[in-house]
Amino acid sequence: MPIEYYLIVAAILFSIGVLGVLTRRNAIIVFLCIELMLNAVNLTLVAFSNHVQNLDGQVFVFFVMIVAAAEVAVGLALIVAIFRQKETVYVDEINLMKW
Amino acid sequence: MQDYIWLIPFFPLLGFLINGLLGKYLSEKVIGILGSAMVFLSFSTAVVLFFQLTQLDPENRLFINTLYTWMATGSFSADVAFRFDALSAVMVLVVTGVGFLIHVYSIGYMHGDRGFARFFSFLNLFTFAMLLLVLGNNFLIMFLGWEGVGLCSYLLIGFWYENPEYAYAGNKAFIVNRIGDFGFLIGIFMIFGYFGSLNFDTVLSAAGMQPEWVITTICLLLFVGATGKSAQIPLYVWLPDAMAGPTPVSALIHAATMVTAGVYMICRTSAMYVLSEVALSVVAIIGLLTALMAATIAITSKDIKKVLAYSTVSQLGYMFLAAGVGAFATAIFHLMTHAFFKALMFLAAGSVMHALSNETNIDKMGGLKNKIGTTYRTFWVGGLAISGILPFAGFFSKDEILWKAFSSPFGSTVFWAVGTLIAGLTAFYMWRMIYTVFYGESRVDKEVALHIHESPKVMTVPLIVLAALSTVGGLVNIPHYFPMFEHFLDPVFMKYINPAAFEASHGSFGLELTFAAISLVVAFTGIWLAKVMYVQRRELPDKIASSVKGLYTLLFNKYYVDELYDKIIVKPFVKVSDAFFYAFFDVKIIDGIVNGSAKIMDSIAGVLRRSHSGVVQFYALSLVVGAIALFGYLIFG
Repeated sequence: MPIEYYLIVAAILFSIGVLGVLTRRNAIIVFLCIELMLNAVNLTLVAFSNHVQNLDGQVFVFFVMIVAAAEVAVGLALIVAIFRQKETVYVDEINLMKW
Repeated sequence: MQDYIWLIPFFPLLGFLINGLLGKYLSEKVIGILGSAMVFLSFSTAVVLFFQLTQLDPENRLFINTLYTWMATGSFSADVAFRFDALSAVMVLVVTGVGFLIHVYSIGYMHGDRGFARFFSFLNLFTFAMLLLVLGNNFLIMFLGWEGVGLCSYLLIGFWYENPEYAYAGNKAFIVNRIGDFGFLIGIFMIFGYFGSLNFDTVLSAAGMQPEWVITTICLLLFVGATGKSAQIPLYVWLPDAMAGPTPVSALIHAATMVTAGVYMICRTSAMYVLSEVALSVVAIIGLLTALMAATIAITSKDIKKVLAYSTVSQLGYMFLAAGVGAFATAIFHLMTHAFFKALMFLAAGSVMHALSNETNIDKMGGLKNKIGTTYRTFWVGGLAISGILPFAGFFSKDEILWKAFSSPFGSTVFWAVGTLIAGLTAFYMWRMIYTVFYGESRVDKEVALHIHESPKVMTVPLIVLAALSTVGGLVNIPHYFPMFEHFLDPVFMKYINPAAFEASHGSFGLELTFAAISLVVAFTGIWLAKVMYVQRRELPDKIASSVKGLYTLLFNKYYVDELYDKIIVKPFVKVSDAFFYAFFDVKIIDGIVNGSAKIMDSIAGVLRRSHSGVVQFYALSLVVGAIALFGYLIFG
């Protein structure tokens, strides 16, 4: 299969992720969308790795997945903490960094 | 040896630093001796240099000591350089010689004062600045000294600054002097503009090549500076008030040295003045008017120091008269003799005040002749000297001025006549004071009378030395027979000009002797009148005063000049400051700009801060938009 197919799918996934991050109110959904973006990038890495016959890209993907796993743990913990504090997970209601 | 000229101003500077920095750890004795010794060292150096100077031919009598280039920018450069010629030599010897005696006297006079160390350090600083002024080889060093003495004058007039009146007098002196300095400074700018240099030799030798209006303008501007520093009309008003300072200060700064700086400056730049008849006439006329005005005010003053102050103003007027008729050597001669007898009289007056617990009102003195004998006798000598009685110092110098005022090509009979009248007035007011203070019955307060005592030796010895100088000081220049002083100075003044232009244009030796006789008669008449009015018939002065009440009040209130200045200058100035500079300019413009810039920042920030909404997704959107813009730029840009 030509590499363009993979890249188009990855681009679509990434754009869905971006849109989700920008538009959804629920912090958990936002969080999922971030994972979606990460995986879109992973897909690109693997595709290019195959395309140029170099394993570096695939190795890199493993690193990304490990970091993503760790990030999920921290991120979910934060969301739980925020929920305990403010009784909401809607990001537009958690605007503490205001002037 | 000429490489050591810098030592002359260096010693007082050292004294200033030591006494100024370490004064509070030193005893009065150490401070006083140190301060005086430094001036004495300067004096000794000057004497050595003076004798070396006299070894040279009269035309070559000039030492120059260049230390380093002070500044050099573009076409302008100025050296820190000292100049020791006949004129500087006389000035330096007077400043350090009389200055030394006054320093010694101060040890006794200031005894027990809280600011003893401060006093001596200021006095040394003053001497340093004055020496810079007379030794400088260019206008810049001269101006540095000029401002320095002004500063010291301010510091010492307001020496007892706890008294607001004294502090005010200090301010007045400083501000009035600033007005004069402004003129002086513009004059210096003009000199640089037209001559391209501030070096005396360069400027004076090129003076003839400039158009006359330039020279006239420069001379008049410099003279504005002189009227400020040397207390001439219209800027003389600060000097009488300057008597608020301790008496040695009045003697040193406001009689013997600083106030003569203007005379020195005109003599130093004489090569320019002689090119402008207008400038010379202005100098002569202002000098004469000042002399007359101050002498008449002195007649009614009741304060022992104020009489002396007005007398100083009057005598300075004489010096300017002499300079204004082109008799520069005579002006300097009178400057020297005046330094002797006026310093003497101030110090003697200080000694009187010392005896009377600082009383200055002559109506509360009287009969002191036998109680403070030494002071009386020295005062008496000073009185004869200033009145111009043969053979005391004042006779020779004043008579020379009167003769030159008549005989010089720039002189006139009117100058001589008015000058002689002033001589009579001088004799009268001075002896009025002497008779009131030392003769008659004692009018001293009972409390004070118990403590009358002669001053200690450290004060009377300088008095005696100055009295001796006032007696014989005039003998260095006896016209026709022994004109040593003039011959010594003339090469300085005649260097760039044609001496023939200054030969007496009219008058003969016989006439000169007649004039001398007339002025002696006038002086004796003044003294005799004073004796009649203030010793023999003491009711006369009051009678005369009430018969010419208008005139008396006018004189007693010093022609209302202070009030006039207050009305036409100070008050409007304050008003304009209040209404325009404060209420409008400061509040609206200055504060407006400051507050306005803050307000502009505030409103810009008011717009920008709305982007800080705290909504995370807005930040993320900005991030994405930024990233897309960046990629767009990289790909398509």
